[in-house]
Amino acid sequence: MSDGQARPGEGGTDVRRRDGGPGRKGRRRDRDFLREDHPGDSYYGRPIINPPVWEEREIAGYLFTGGLAGASSILAAGADLTGRSALARGSRLMATGAIGVSLLALVKDLGRPLRFLNMLRVFKPTSPMSVGVWILVGYAPLAAGAAASDVTGRLPKLGRAAGLGAAALGSTVATYTAALIANTAVPAWHGGRKDLPFLFAGSAASAAAGWGLIVAPPAENDPAVRMAVLGALVELGAEKVMERRLGMVAETLHEGKAGKRLRVAKALTAAGAATALFARRHRPAALAAGTALLAGSALTRFGLFEAGMASAKDPKYTVDPQRERLRTGG
Amino acid sequence: MADPASALTRGDDAATASGYEEHPPRMGFFTDTSVCIGCKACEVACKEWNEVPDDLVGWAGSSHDNSEGLGANRWRHVAFVEQRAPLGTQQANFQRDGGDFRWLMESDVCKHCTEAACLDACPTGAIFRTEFGTVVVQPDICNGCGYCVPACPYGVLDKREEDGRIFKCTLCYDRLGEGQEPACAKACPTDSIMFGPLEELRERAGDRVQELHERGMGEARLYGEDPGDGVGGAGAFFLLLDEPEVYGLPPDPVVTTRDLPETWKAVGIAAGALLAGAAACFAGARR
Repeated sequence: MSDGQARPGEGGTDVRRRDGGPGRKGRRRDRDFLREDHPGDSYYGRPIINPPVWEEREIAGYLFTGGLAGASSILAAGADLTGRSALARGSRLMATGAIGVSLLALVKDLGRPLRFLNMLRVFKPTSPMSVGVWILVGYAPLAAGAAASDVTGRLPKLGRAAGLGAAALGSTVATYTAALIANTAVPAWHGGRKDLPFLFAGSAASAAAGWGLIVAPPAENDPAVRMAVLGALVELGAEKVMERRLGMVAETLHEGKAGKRLRVAKALTAAGAATALFARRHRPAALAAGTALLAGSALTRFGLFEAGMASAKDPKYTVDPQRERLRTGG
Repeated sequence: MADPASALTRGDDAATASGYEEHPPRMGFFTDTSVCIGCKACEVACKEWNEVPDDLVGWAGSSHDNSEGLGANRWRHVAFVEQRAPLGTQQANFQRDGGDFRWLMESDVCKHCTEAACLDACPTGAIFRTEFGTVVVQPDICNGCGYCVPACPYGVLDKREEDGRIFKCTLCYDRLGEGQEPACAKACPTDSIMFGPLEELRERAGDRVQELHERGMGEARLYGEDPGDGVGGAGAFFLLLDEPEVYGLPPDPVVTTRDLPETWKAVGIAAGALLAGAAACFAGARR
């Protein structure tokens, strides 16, 4: 695209030569040449939208840790209800740790961190960030309470109730982040608005299951194995659907840094899910599968973050789909 | 919806839709680029009045434009486009063989959308709708979360790095309250920037386009004046002489909030599926 800049000052003599000289007819063709020379006209190749000002480490990292926390709470609640105590405790501790890291990252990324509380002035359904803040305000104490009760052995009934609440809210912690990034003018994210929630749900499930495989003994890890495989399938399937729906914007998922990350992420997720099938018998397989699934989920988030940035920085991803919409009248 | 300023509230009367019972007429800008001379008086006047920091980094290599685009420190931005095309019916005689040349100049600004994505996305309520129907960021509330930055389909808002908060054009809210016109419109020597009640500006713009068409400039077109467009009509609209993307403007922007209901629906289904899927994993699990 960088060579598609509207810079008629350059190569102007070429235009003149090809055009065959002045004159009324020639002049009209001259304008046509401008169009041909600059497909998808842009203003010096500069972005049309302003790319997000979010730090990659904090926000892409949060997409991962938020998903890991939410799905870990779900896995923990299931383990608790079915008497798998090691899986329950390990998942509860991870949920608490991951949501703690998430909150720190979110506050740190603010331009004015001390004004974090300003988000609690209002509740706006039109703002996924506002909705998300309130989800986190409800979720974090429940997740931490369940973990604290588990570790100390105090108030077991209340701890279980907190864990169930954390699981219910955890399902939204793991998925609302899709709306958070999709509700922008960033072409790769906005275009994936129907698929990202499922992609994130699958990615969160495979990450939490990966951690479950690491912390649970083989006698308890069967649900984690199943969740790993199911999560990976949903994640990879949703990504496939999203790639098809994005049209030309899907380039941003295949090219450059984002493409590299997403290719490695897919390989890790697929390999992790396949290895998980052996995790019931072989402890090393469980550890390897768990590590691969966690890494795959993290790389998926960092890859999608980068794809969004790339789609925001190149004006053609903003202009071309809008032109297409104008041409097809929908 | 709890927020009366929601983009889901349709209608062109942005102030009433936001809950103002009595309010002045909706005010806006009509920027007629056909008479812009690229003097940048608007950029300078805006910076002076609003104490917007100087942030030039050097030569941008884009004609006379070195301020690059709208951002936290550029609330008006004059674009310079050089084209080998005729300027109206004039003979430019730019080259020895009489080549065509025209310079398109356009003073860009916040569009003050009827359905403003930045306002919808803001999680602190820092961005609000004024009684004039304009959209303003309150610096004493903004916590610099940055969500409005990628929400805007025009690339207007940005973070002032050394400050941490988000800034953009206020349509000189402080001057409007005193019955004054915004600094940029006041400084514009050719009245390329016109300020007034939006209804009047739309009428004037319609007449101007017709006049230009009659004079043989068929390429003249309005941008952002239609309440039926993807942002419910802009409070600051333009007369352009080429496609919007040539000036760095999106050809068919749509406020992201319009797609939010279907996005929330997908989130709800995915969250339910996550819980159901996990339950299924436990239901058949072996010991």
